[in-house]
Amino acid sequence: MSLNKLLERIAQLLPVLLGVSVIVFVMMALTPGDPVQIMIGDQSITPEQEAELRRGLGLDRPMIERFFIFLGDAVQFDFGESFYHRRPVGDVIAERLPATIELSLVALIVALVTAIPLGVLAAIRKNSIFDRIATVGSLLGVSLPGFWFGILLLMLFAVHLHILPVSGRIGFDAEVRMVTGFLLIDTLLAGNLRAFGDALAHLILPAITLGLPMTAILMRVTRTSMLEVLRQDYVTFADAKGLSRRRVLFRHALKNALIPTVSVAAIETGSLLGGNMIVETVFGWPGLGRLVVESIFLRNYPLVQAAVLFYAVTYVLLNFIADLLYTVLNPRVKL
Amino acid sequence: MTMTADTPVASESIFRRNLSNFAANRLAMACALIVVLFAVMAVFAPWIAPHDPNETDLFRRLQPPAWIAGGEWSFLLGCDALGRDILSRIIYGARISIFIGLAVIFVATTVGILAGLAAGYLRGWVDVLISRLVDILLGFPYLIFAIGLMAMMGPGLWNIILALAYKEWVIPARVVRGETLVTRELEYVEAARALGASRWHIMLREILPNVLSPVIVVATIRMAHVIILEASLSFLGLGVQPPTASWGSMVSDGRAFILEAWWVSTFPGLAILLLVLAINVASQGLRDAFDPRFSE
Repeated sequence: MSLNKLLERIAQLLPVLLGVSVIVFVMMALTPGDPVQIMIGDQSITPEQEAELRRGLGLDRPMIERFFIFLGDAVQFDFGESFYHRRPVGDVIAERLPATIELSLVALIVALVTAIPLGVLAAIRKNSIFDRIATVGSLLGVSLPGFWFGILLLMLFAVHLHILPVSGRIGFDAEVRMVTGFLLIDTLLAGNLRAFGDALAHLILPAITLGLPMTAILMRVTRTSMLEVLRQDYVTFADAKGLSRRRVLFRHALKNALIPTVSVAAIETGSLLGGNMIVETVFGWPGLGRLVVESIFLRNYPLVQAAVLFYAVTYVLLNFIADLLYTVLNPRVKL
Repeated sequence: MTMTADTPVASESIFRRNLSNFAANRLAMACALIVVLFAVMAVFAPWIAPHDPNETDLFRRLQPPAWIAGGEWSFLLGCDALGRDILSRIIYGARISIFIGLAVIFVATTVGILAGLAAGYLRGWVDVLISRLVDILLGFPYLIFAIGLMAMMGPGLWNIILALAYKEWVIPARVVRGETLVTRELEYVEAARALGASRWHIMLREILPNVLSPVIVVATIRMAHVIILEASLSFLGLGVQPPTASWGSMVSDGRAFILEAWWVSTFPGLAILLLVLAINVASQGLRDAFDPRFSE
């Protein structure tokens, strides 16, 4: 892919990002309820102080001007102050983000590690009992409501078997100094293996719940694409050359079969963002998703606005990366 | 398909052939039957439900299902924390899930068809405008977009339908636009143009019948997705408000009692799973029958 093509694709991103910002701004600007009144709460202030507050928030200016101020501030990660936390929204989000990223990455790893071998096996043993079970499993995976599946896992592994923790990121007794915000890394940096094990145990159920729909989708994609590749002439030729079945499958077929899987995985990583809100709520995970849900009920709109924008921009960028990955991995496809 | 679809008889026979292909798929038919049963349950809920879904009885608080000690056969699936009959609430909850699913798909498909036809047939600035809007809306993760809108509009039945339909229409719109771009170049459409037919006549009477099959398939596939989204919003407390029974909020209500009363969350979740699974299998059968390109 040439540099020009890449720049062209990046240029195409800009109107989408601008449109996304317009929608997020309008969404929150039209939200019923006066932000100043929400900020004041039950405190008593003079009309002059209220007018000053309104001026400070820029609410006395025309809508279009407010949008450009919002956009300018957003580019500098300035989203105003969280009504509830009385701190800059950007700081509150940055504080919660590592928990969400850590959970999403582990869910992604769970999905890839499970889906690829299962998809390949289902393709190799097409129409076998294993293939049928895998097909039913993948259908179940996309049909299971995440919040319910999470509760079932909690009931089984936390409440009845007592082998995994119920909620949170780490036990109350563990003391870990935050360096990166990623507990798995911070516990290792501190050389505290007990806390590492505890953090990992807290991650298992939320990561499985979050990764399940993705596992189901990736398994189907891997199976279909592996079947497609196994029908290709070069695979037949490799077989005819007398290469071992293992070598044909893993050196020749799998490499090409994984192209769509990687691309779909990049797209589906974006959908993990939505799933986070549900999973974090079920498992009391102190991440961004739970923060957004709590903020909606607290009418903490600057935070909701910033988080929705953050999610949307991340989603657009992930889709862009998915497009690029597909092109890089598959030179036959041109952007 | 497109070569013969210009005569009503031919297109009807193709439709019938597709339908009989679908009917031959026994698993898909069984699942379609389950979906129909859920729909019947929703429509006739007042006659089927053994109890009033909102009638509370604190003496029956967290009463277990009939087959567990302490349960009663007149409250087959047990009761929730307010002593309401879980089975009756599941039966009434089907109304919410199915109604919202159908309403969202109906609104989204109608808007999507019109937008897709306009973009694909009229091209020019209309196409640019619609396609850019589609790109922008696709830039939002679905649930986050819906949550943002629900935060703005507040909870409620009609607000959920709007919040989900605002983004859902882009999917049929993309399908119809793609199909229209191909169909508009076919000879019979050119013939209609040459005969002086109006744009709307060509779009609605000549092109639309030819692009309906994929739209129907997509609509059924998306229905399952919309039902899960509605349940997710209700679970988060952003959906239909209490005391109206909705499956997502029933699962949420039971979360506080998973130690002592597993049935409160389990049965409504099972209802969602069963309906969504049935729709998914049936729509896969429909897709294989109506669009053989996708069958493996």
